[in-house]
Amino acid sequence: MNREDNKIVAFCCEHSAYQVADKAGRMRLHYPDNVRIIRVPCAGRVDVQHILKAFEKGAAGVLVMGCQEGACQHLTGNTRAKKRVKYAEDLLKEVGIDGGRVKMVNLAPDMAQRFIREVKEMAEKIEGEMRR
Amino acid sequence: MIIAERKPLEEIKSMLSGYKKILLVGCRTCVTICWAGGEKEVGILSSQLKLASSGEGNELSILEATVERQCEKEMVIEELRDKVQEVEAILSMGCGVGVQTIAEIFEEKPVFPALNTTFIGMPEAEGVWVEKCGTCGDCMLYWTGGICPVVRCAKGLLNGPCGGTRKGGKCEIDPEKDCAWVLIYRRLEKQGRLDLMRKYYEPKNYRAVKRPGRVEAATA
Repeated sequence: MNREDNKIVAFCCEHSAYQVADKAGRMRLHYPDNVRIIRVPCAGRVDVQHILKAFEKGAAGVLVMGCQEGACQHLTGNTRAKKRVKYAEDLLKEVGIDGGRVKMVNLAPDMAQRFIREVKEMAEKIEGEMRR
Repeated sequence: MIIAERKPLEEIKSMLSGYKKILLVGCRTCVTICWAGGEKEVGILSSQLKLASSGEGNELSILEATVERQCEKEMVIEELRDKVQEVEAILSMGCGVGVQTIAEIFEEKPVFPALNTTFIGMPEAEGVWVEKCGTCGDCMLYWTGGICPVVRCAKGLLNGPCGGTRKGGKCEIDPEKDCAWVLIYRRLEKQGRLDLMRKYYEPKNYRAVKRPGRVEAATA
């Protein structure tokens, strides 16, 4: 994976965001083809190390997508993920990577349009920064 | 346990300037528990250093290892013996003792500390550690209800409290902190040993600690 490919890694909770991504596909909705979806049992499974490793291996952006606040299947997985994303943002800023390259997104299983919007926003943000 | 904090990334990078291959060594004991230098923190620092160095066009090659106890020579030798041959320098995420243990064993390699060792303490809440012992070498906890005035009183007073204790039993130097002597009073009150508050403690014999300290177990 080269950073030039502008790959976006999306860690998707299997109870919400992964179903949303699946639904978006079934609805034939288009979204950028540089997104790589990784199915996780809960957003709370995603660690700071996973996020940093994605960047280390060449990802240009990371999305951590979990259930909506208060609706986590594992009760606190999404709130833990939110804290970890914030921590990862700070660590990335230290090495000169814009904190906006990693984002936590909370989704319900029927929010296909929101999923598409978030992915597109990240793809456009990265593309804009690469052009600069 | 020993509490430590990671040094700023810029300081670590400046220590490593000029080296291409390094061994990053964590410790599974105290610094793992205080989230400063365990296996996970080794992974995080390694990623950060790789990302920072590749951004500057000078990518570092980093070998990672975590020793069960960095302060034990046998464990350090067992874990690092082979890896050390492949690198130019070692970056330790152990406490100051761990750094010195590695430096003593592998004298031919420069060893750098990635942490600042701060104090001996215990966890107070998730992610919060507080100092409890100043290793003065002359323990007086038996008179003070198990609360150490040497480190927990901002002035280290042996005959407190001072005149500056705030309302609510807070310290005059830092209103966020409890006055150690108020805590001692309340503890002794619960134990029915308040008469100890009238006791005068003579100046402490700090000479009991000889630097560098050395203790030999009677059964060794």
